[in-house]
Amino acid sequence: MFRRLPEASGASVHLTVDGNPVLARAGDTVAAALLAAGIEHCRTTPVTGAPRAPYCLMGVCFDCLVVVDGQGNRQGCLVQVAEGMRVETQRGKREIGR
Amino acid sequence: MTAQFPTSDTVSYDTKSDTKARDLPKAVDLAVVGAGPAGLAAATLAASAGLSVLLLDENAGPGGQVYRAITTSPLGEGRVLGPDYWSGAALAREMLASGATYVPGATVWSLSRELELGVSVGGQAHLVQARRVILATGALERPMPIPGWTLPGVMTAGGAQTLLKSSGLVPEGRIVLAGCGPLLWLLAAQYLEAGVRLEAILDTTARENWRAALPEAFGFLTSPYFRKGLALLRKVRAAVRIISGVTTLAAEGDESVTAVRYATAGGESGRIELDTLLLHQGVVPNVNLANAAGIPLVWDAEQLCFRPDVDAAGTSPVAGLAVAGDGAGIGGALGAAERGRLAALAAIAALKPGAPVLAQRPQVEAALHKALRGRAFLDRLYRPADGFRRPAPDTIACRCEEVTARQVTETVALGCAGPNQLKSFLRTGMGPCQGRMCGLTISELMAEAQGVTPAEIGYYRLRAPVKPISVAELASLPKDESAMKSVERG
Repeated sequence: MFRRLPEASGASVHLTVDGNPVLARAGDTVAAALLAAGIEHCRTTPVTGAPRAPYCLMGVCFDCLVVVDGQGNRQGCLVQVAEGMRVETQRGKREIGR
Repeated sequence: MTAQFPTSDTVSYDTKSDTKARDLPKAVDLAVVGAGPAGLAAATLAASAGLSVLLLDENAGPGGQVYRAITTSPLGEGRVLGPDYWSGAALAREMLASGATYVPGATVWSLSRELELGVSVGGQAHLVQARRVILATGALERPMPIPGWTLPGVMTAGGAQTLLKSSGLVPEGRIVLAGCGPLLWLLAAQYLEAGVRLEAILDTTARENWRAALPEAFGFLTSPYFRKGLALLRKVRAAVRIISGVTTLAAEGDESVTAVRYATAGGESGRIELDTLLLHQGVVPNVNLANAAGIPLVWDAEQLCFRPDVDAAGTSPVAGLAVAGDGAGIGGALGAAERGRLAALAAIAALKPGAPVLAQRPQVEAALHKALRGRAFLDRLYRPADGFRRPAPDTIACRCEEVTARQVTETVALGCAGPNQLKSFLRTGMGPCQGRMCGLTISELMAEAQGVTPAEIGYYRLRAPVKPISVAELASLPKDESAMKSVERG
């Protein structure tokens, strides 16, 4: 879906998305890392279950909501990747307690 | 106080490693919200005059959206992003050296009329009391509600540009840009520079806009944007298939977007298969925090948006509170920096009357005047067409609650009076985006259905928290004795 330009530099950061290893770059947001890894949907909507993906990348649309290290409803475009981070795509509403 | 450069550890999502969360000052002379051009310039000037300045910003680094990732972009000083982008580096550098306390990764979720800010940093909530506040919350892209705009693979052009600036990412496969406005052409030029092929640009600029813009052409000819804009358009037009006069657009696909259908004013229609569709039709002020803080919104009939009711220096009806930059009405990045400086000068005049820096005011006003030259031309030329602001009946208007334009007009027919009443019928504006993606669409749809202007129908009444905050985070705020007593038993 997205590819990294060859001139883009930066250190590797390892995370998992739904348990699968994903290689990101230091400075990526979670939303950028998902798009770079070819992950097309990051959540389904609470109303109809429709798939959604990051849309505005600046914190206003809330379509990139994901579960980060067990905490739901995180805006993927505002969270920086970190080594060992566990990201999960979110199905519907945030669950109570996470 | 010293400015702090963002490092991976200070902007981490992890509370425990975030030392700044605990270091937020409890009281400051001036709090500035937003580290784009307006906020950076305001914070720098105020700090240089000796005010204690707290600059809060939601992103990981300074720059806002226009200079996004200016201190960290992986594209180095390469050619892809262009000199206008790199010119923002000076603003960031000056702020970092100014003595202002800069806190990235900070979300401001409330601002009271007494100028107390509610701020979250690294999952920890804080209250900060300021003597003056400048809101520099900038702009967001105007919603472009077309059929299928919620499909994965459809994104805003600004969002795609953010991925380019901050991560060096470009779309793969077949790419189409659709809409109007300078950013659309700038992104196309940046993609060409990066070696990205574009299938087409579907230009929705209405032909009659040229006639409306012509009386303003002289201002534009003398503006700093003219030469650069012209060169950019030429470059893109020479390399990409441009389909002009587009009047309808629809994204198609099931799980993801697979094609776009279009029709033009000239009667041409077609379908282009694609992997990524990037939409853009200008930017509008991000008004949520300003309105929630008590500043009334006014309808701007030229820019077709609501903006906070402030004067040219950003002064608002709320004592001590100013709005600077595109958040107060769209004027572009160069103008935003000058408007930030004007607002800072007003704060300095109030808190340090007689400060030598106040003598700079005429120069700042002259620079602002120059920067805003040609804006009226751009506003008229890139005025988004009615059909792209008020979508067809089956199109989703509210992305969060998945409400269509038809549902909105049918609810008006039932007697629903305005956007705030519509919330109880359809929940529009009550999803997580808090109306940022639907507010203008809803006001315009309802106004049209009732035969009145958007000014008469009004906008959502916005309330804190303007960004979601967990109950646990709110509960973690320090409590004084009276608050504890009020919930004690016996």
